[in-house]
Amino acid sequence: MAILVFIEQKGGLVRTVAREALGEAVRLAATLGGPVVGVCAAAADPGLAALGEAGASELLLATHASFGHYEPAGYARAVVAAVEKVKPAVVLFSASAMGRDLAPRVAARLGVGLAADCTGLAVEGGRLIASRPVYAGKAVQRVAFTGAPALVSLRPKVFAPAPAQNGGAPAVTPLAIEHDPAAARARVLEVRTGSAGKVDLTEAEIIVSGGRGLKGPENFAMIEALAAALGATVGASRAVVDAGWRPHGDQVGQTGKTVSPKLYVAVAISGAIQHLAGMSSSRCIVAINKDPDAPIFKVADFGVVGDAFEVVPALTEAVKALNARG
Amino acid sequence: MLQVVCIKQVADTETRVKVASDGRTLDPTAVTWILNPYDEFAIEQALRIREAAGAGEVVVLSLGGAGVQTTLRNALAMGADRAIHLKTDGAPPEPLQVARAIAAELKGLDARLLWFGKQAVDDDAAQVPPMVAELLGHPCVTVVAAITLSADATQAVAEREVEGGREVVEVTLPAVLSAEKGLNEPRFASLKGIMAAKKKPIDEKAVTLAPPALEVVSLALPAARSPGRIVGQGAAAVPELVRVLREEAKVI
Ligand SMILES: Cc1cc2nc3c(=O)[nH]c(=O)nc-3n(C[C@H](O)[C@H](O)[C@H](O)COP(=O)(O)OP(=O)(O)OC[C@H]3O[C@@H](n4cnc5c(N)ncnc54)[C@H](O)[C@@H]3O)c2cc1C
Repeated sequence: MAILVFIEQKGGLVRTVAREALGEAVRLAATLGGPVVGVCAAAADPGLAALGEAGASELLLATHASFGHYEPAGYARAVVAAVEKVKPAVVLFSASAMGRDLAPRVAARLGVGLAADCTGLAVEGGRLIASRPVYAGKAVQRVAFTGAPALVSLRPKVFAPAPAQNGGAPAVTPLAIEHDPAAARARVLEVRTGSAGKVDLTEAEIIVSGGRGLKGPENFAMIEALAAALGATVGASRAVVDAGWRPHGDQVGQTGKTVSPKLYVAVAISGAIQHLAGMSSSRCIVAINKDPDAPIFKVADFGVVGDAFEVVPALTEAVKALNARG
Repeated sequence: MLQVVCIKQVADTETRVKVASDGRTLDPTAVTWILNPYDEFAIEQALRIREAAGAGEVVVLSLGGAGVQTTLRNALAMGADRAIHLKTDGAPPEPLQVARAIAAELKGLDARLLWFGKQAVDDDAAQVPPMVAELLGHPCVTVVAAITLSADATQAVAEREVEGGREVVEVTLPAVLSAEKGLNEPRFASLKGIMAAKKKPIDEKAVTLAPPALEVVSLALPAARSPGRIVGQGAAAVPELVRVLREEAKVI
């Protein structure tokens, strides 16, 4: 049976999260069998044939002039049409902002279960089992599905994108759907982008976050400098956001963003459970804190006990020196 | 204008997690139950809309065991007019079951705005609001960080947070909205509100849930991250930190 993957695009480009979902679909197909089929909704083909390399054997494309932006009703219709056509055993989404909104709509239309924001998938006795963090990351719930298809959304940056393989050029098949944007009762008027050129926290490879121990908003210049040297995005604890030092969009944690970068540097952050909920699935965690008993050291791979005002500038210089050496 | 705010009682995030003897659920013994923090933003916004209009009704609705009535009272104390309790045996349902039961109840009400928190901080599923919208055939805007209602209350313009920006969405009522932190600053219940809440009605309705679409196989504590290493003290530790990040972790 097939595995269907929702191919998320933005501005006419396939997003990395879609490649991650394809990567997991290819791994699942090794045990569950079946072709990996992609479904995409877009204003025009975002270069889907290139996904053959990522393991897709067929791509279904629903186009509409209004699909340049996320259009919930139309996108949901496209995925449902693909499900009816392909009859997959599993449908994978990314738990991105779009996937978080879209997947439950598809689940309700199909009347099937959805396991959201998963960090692991396994096949046991022929059954798909999805693992998902719950209770602020303090426990992991494993769920099975009572019907088909099984819908799953995957936490961004947790699953490895599909490696390039020698897949042929897959067929890109138009998917006919009825969609009348005039009848849609919700429509995107505009998309306001935040700070230009800034990589979003949920997509960043490296994040440097600052906490209340930095004592004031002006001291984030030091965090910005380290982030610039590392090519990182700046994050913050809630204490900092509540104090108005940083915008809410920068907050990492349970009531902020859930991130899984390859490197997370926590500077002067104590490591409260609600902060850990948002970053403990990062691949490598570095903590810089003057308190050797700070809970952040319990989850950090590498720690430096010391004053951020000394350690951070020294680290920035060392990284710059490393960059200069190439 | 009738607004319904769907709220959930959740375990406080400070709760120490202990797995129950069934190996699948949270042991409720030492749990402090609270109103889901995101739902507070939803309640607050509904109250502000009612207050700005100078008329209308805000109904809070919750599905769960007998215990959820304390959370409904909290919402009534904030200023909601009345409550509906969809009473279950208390066993934790999965999202589609919840959405179906709530949609069935909402079908009978002529609510113009159906509010939710963007997700519940216990299972973080974020599924019920869009599911309810689909089941009712209503439009839905999730993760709403700002909202303006048109003067005739037939339309709203909502801003939702997405990666790297905000989507500005125009939506026609009746609509389902889910609230993000930052939408407003929720009020605290006043003493007067708490007293008044005691007299406000809670309409208790027994519900039988549809069969579950998901089955919890197990609940377990996460695999502990292998204990980290303090690479050193102060600025002197920087060369070693850079070395391990480059050579061992290979992340820079
Ligand atoms: C429902 C709920 C949701 C929440 N959601 C979130 C969330 O999404 N994200 C989040 O972050 N928090 C969240 N919190 C808040 C959380 O509980 C903590 O209060 C918060 O994370 C603390 O932020 P902090 O670590 O920056 O500050 P603090 O806890 O005050 O820690 C400051 C740290 O800085 C260190 N320090 C001080 N000076 C220096 C120095 N010169 N050099 C080095 N280190 C120094 C101190 O040793 C200390 O460890 C939530 C709380 C609740 C109740």
